[in-house]
Amino acid sequence: MAKGTNDAKLLIQSLRKAYAATPTSLKIIDLYVVYAVATALIQVAYMAMVGSFPFNSFLSGVLSCVGTAVLAVCLRIQVNKDNKEFKDLPPERAFADFVLCNLVLHLVIMNFLG
Amino acid sequence: MATSKVEGSSSLRHAFGGVLSVFILLLIGVVAFSIRLFSVIKYESVIHEFDPYFNYRVTQFLSKNGIYDFWNWFDDRTWYPLGRVIGGTVYPGLTLTAGTMWKLANSLNIPLSVETVCVFTAPIFSAFAAWATYLLTKEVKGPGAGITAAAILAMVPSYISRSVAGSYDNEAVAIFALIFTFYLYIKTLNTGSLFYATLNSFAYFYMVCSWGGYTFIINLIPMHVLLCIVTGRYSSRLYIAYAPLVVLGTLLAALVPVVGFNAVMTSEHFGSFLVFIIIHVVALVYYIKGILTPRLFKVATTLVLTVGIAVCAVVVAILVALVASSPTKGWSGRSLSLLDPTYASKYIPIIASVSEHQPPTWPSYFMDINVLAFLVPAGIVACFLPLSDASSFAVLYLVTSVYFSGVMVRLMLVLAPAACIMSGIALSEAFGVLTRSMKFHITKYFECSHTEAPAKLGESTSTESSAPLENMTKSDTTEKPEVARKEKVARRKQKKEKELTENAHVKPVSAKKEKRPLVLPLEASIVSVFLLIVLGGLYVLHCVWAAAEAYSAPSIVLTSHSHDGLHVFDDFREAYAWLRHNTEVDDKVASWWDYGYQTTAMANRTVIVDNNTWNNTHIATVGTAMSSPEKAAWEIFNSLDVKYVLVVFGGLVGYPSDDINKFLWMVRIGGGVFPHIKEADYLKDGQYRVDAQATHTMLNCLMYKLSYYRFVETDGKGFDRVRRYEIGKKHFKLTHFEEVFTTHHWMVRIYKLKPQKNRIRGKSRKSKLGSKSTSSKSGGMTHKNPWN
Repeated sequence: MAKGTNDAKLLIQSLRKAYAATPTSLKIIDLYVVYAVATALIQVAYMAMVGSFPFNSFLSGVLSCVGTAVLAVCLRIQVNKDNKEFKDLPPERAFADFVLCNLVLHLVIMNFLG
Repeated sequence: MATSKVEGSSSLRHAFGGVLSVFILLLIGVVAFSIRLFSVIKYESVIHEFDPYFNYRVTQFLSKNGIYDFWNWFDDRTWYPLGRVIGGTVYPGLTLTAGTMWKLANSLNIPLSVETVCVFTAPIFSAFAAWATYLLTKEVKGPGAGITAAAILAMVPSYISRSVAGSYDNEAVAIFALIFTFYLYIKTLNTGSLFYATLNSFAYFYMVCSWGGYTFIINLIPMHVLLCIVTGRYSSRLYIAYAPLVVLGTLLAALVPVVGFNAVMTSEHFGSFLVFIIIHVVALVYYIKGILTPRLFKVATTLVLTVGIAVCAVVVAILVALVASSPTKGWSGRSLSLLDPTYASKYIPIIASVSEHQPPTWPSYFMDINVLAFLVPAGIVACFLPLSDASSFAVLYLVTSVYFSGVMVRLMLVLAPAACIMSGIALSEAFGVLTRSMKFHITKYFECSHTEAPAKLGESTSTESSAPLENMTKSDTTEKPEVARKEKVARRKQKKEKELTENAHVKPVSAKKEKRPLVLPLEASIVSVFLLIVLGGLYVLHCVWAAAEAYSAPSIVLTSHSHDGLHVFDDFREAYAWLRHNTEVDDKVASWWDYGYQTTAMANRTVIVDNNTWNNTHIATVGTAMSSPEKAAWEIFNSLDVKYVLVVFGGLVGYPSDDINKFLWMVRIGGGVFPHIKEADYLKDGQYRVDAQATHTMLNCLMYKLSYYRFVETDGKGFDRVRRYEIGKKHFKLTHFEEVFTTHHWMVRIYKLKPQKNRIRGKSRKSKLGSKSTSSKSGGMTHKNPWN
């Protein structure tokens, strides 16, 4: 058991060290993802308390948070310099795609919000 | 100098190839459009069958009243007295597409009528579908395979059967949307671009708008993602291709009123959510693996597994309990009957009674996809050499569609694009190997100086068939290891096509050690190319024959060839026109549900039940009325405010799809809801008959009486040409109904309910009047008629 907790501590330490080495721009994207997911969780908790009556509003709210999180992860994948598959994709293009996809997502959300 | 000349000539060839392929694609589009025009040429530009009439009526409403009224339309002319919410129960893609095309044409001052646009929607979209197949197969294998697949799809009989000019049904646009969605998915998978992922979501939205078969897409793509993960092909492009599609796709699907919240609540979509979670877990695992050392990663896995399994077990238990609590486990009836083919016949007789939902027979495979049936296995093999994400998707699509087509003959339509893609790949690979062999031998013959194999095979100056031109430019030295496998593929294909097998070929070599290419002997290649072209020619012949003879019947107009020329049976339209001109606008017409759509569209009268079959009890009521004796039937119809009853009768001319042949289904469906109707009462010794040996119940039921009333007057003996015997009860009179119209060939017969007498004169009279039977012909004979 002690070995287990020791291992866990070692693991968490090495994770933190490795993560600290990532560039700042990627850390900002990660923070955005965490924020979006947290918002989604808050909405689910609210729905559990108050009931799901306008179900389409609940659905569009949660799916917009999840959607922006997913798109931000896609942006991070495409902008990450360690990723060999996307090394000849200019980061501006990746960001433009991200903005376009977000626009479409929010257009649909606003339509579905009711 | 030499290299620039080489590059110049190869770029010239590229340009020539590009222009030629555009021209070929244009021709393919023209072929796809024209092969579907046989019904317009042989009959007229008319809408076919039953379902298209409903779509036509909805499109008429849309073009007349605009889109806001269309979304909010409540139709009170059908399913009387329940009505139907059209806005919320129809897949709007087809009608909106046709409405847009009509509006566009009229705004450009091209005066097309709505009917013309509806009739020709399907051929136009089949041309688009052929082009989409080109794009999809180009992503999977290459441009040569793309052109072959597009040419094959333009003519495949299975697709023609549902998209002739006049077949204005959902599949006309849905197949195009299906192929296009798959193309964009594969394109996103190959390029990893978020832009194509957005376009993919839009194409999926168009598919959801068009057809209930969109559940095939939203289950196939997660299956493919899972397959890629399991076979170790996870990459970040897979994440970009799948995750935005799930989120955007679910939202867009929920926007369509007919789907609504089903997009998140039915089991048909749960697969996509499950794989969504799985792909996130896998992505996280790969990320952590990337930043940790291997030893620490092992520690992490053991830790996570012990904790994770406990949590997973709890979650799965909850999910299973939720899903198992609903009786159908959350699936809809139609989807369940796909997974368990015996489900419909046990529980939902209406689904089982539709002829399109029966399993297909073996001959129907050869009728519908013909030559492709033996090219498909060769294509599967070609997809594995080499295996990429896109080709694994093509194989998975083919396998699942083969399974589903085996369950329901209607789904052979979904098999058609998969079979065309596979056959296109197979044919293109075969042509590639064979023409490369021919080129090699011919250049060797011309050079004939050295035995060293030419380094670049794509350099030869001899002219070859231009179709696999793009394939030639791809087969450079960089493909040496592939040549060995392609040669094996060609060998296997030749065995399949029962041609001469080759043993005079060079043995496979290790990559890049020797420079001798692997080719087949010249004579064998020439003969093989010739035979493959003959195979293609036979396929084209079959497709044109199928389109002209088998699939072009509008089924609302029938023809027959006899010794004195062509007979045209236009009875259906005759009957609907009579109804339209000789009855009041608010009169209700009762018939079996097959004719509901046509009656509302052409006769413009309110009907009781129609082809939508959403209310089983209502249909069972009509079925019970048709199976009951006259008085009970009159009571039922009177309670529904029915004025006219319509039956279809084929006994005089030999039309086999009439109501007497469908009668047992009426009994079964009616008996499913009203237990006093028992099927055994209508069968004599288990056999269904209407001659002198028929049961008393059968000879007295309304359907028998309405079909055979005065039938004995036609030939004196009452010989039914469909059942091929004389009918049982020949001379009888109708007490509660009067005949108002019978068409020229007696195919449609319309009866009116006689109104109830105002005053019943005492009990004693009632019993006497009940036994007297009278009729009221328009000849106006004076009878003691209690019902007048």
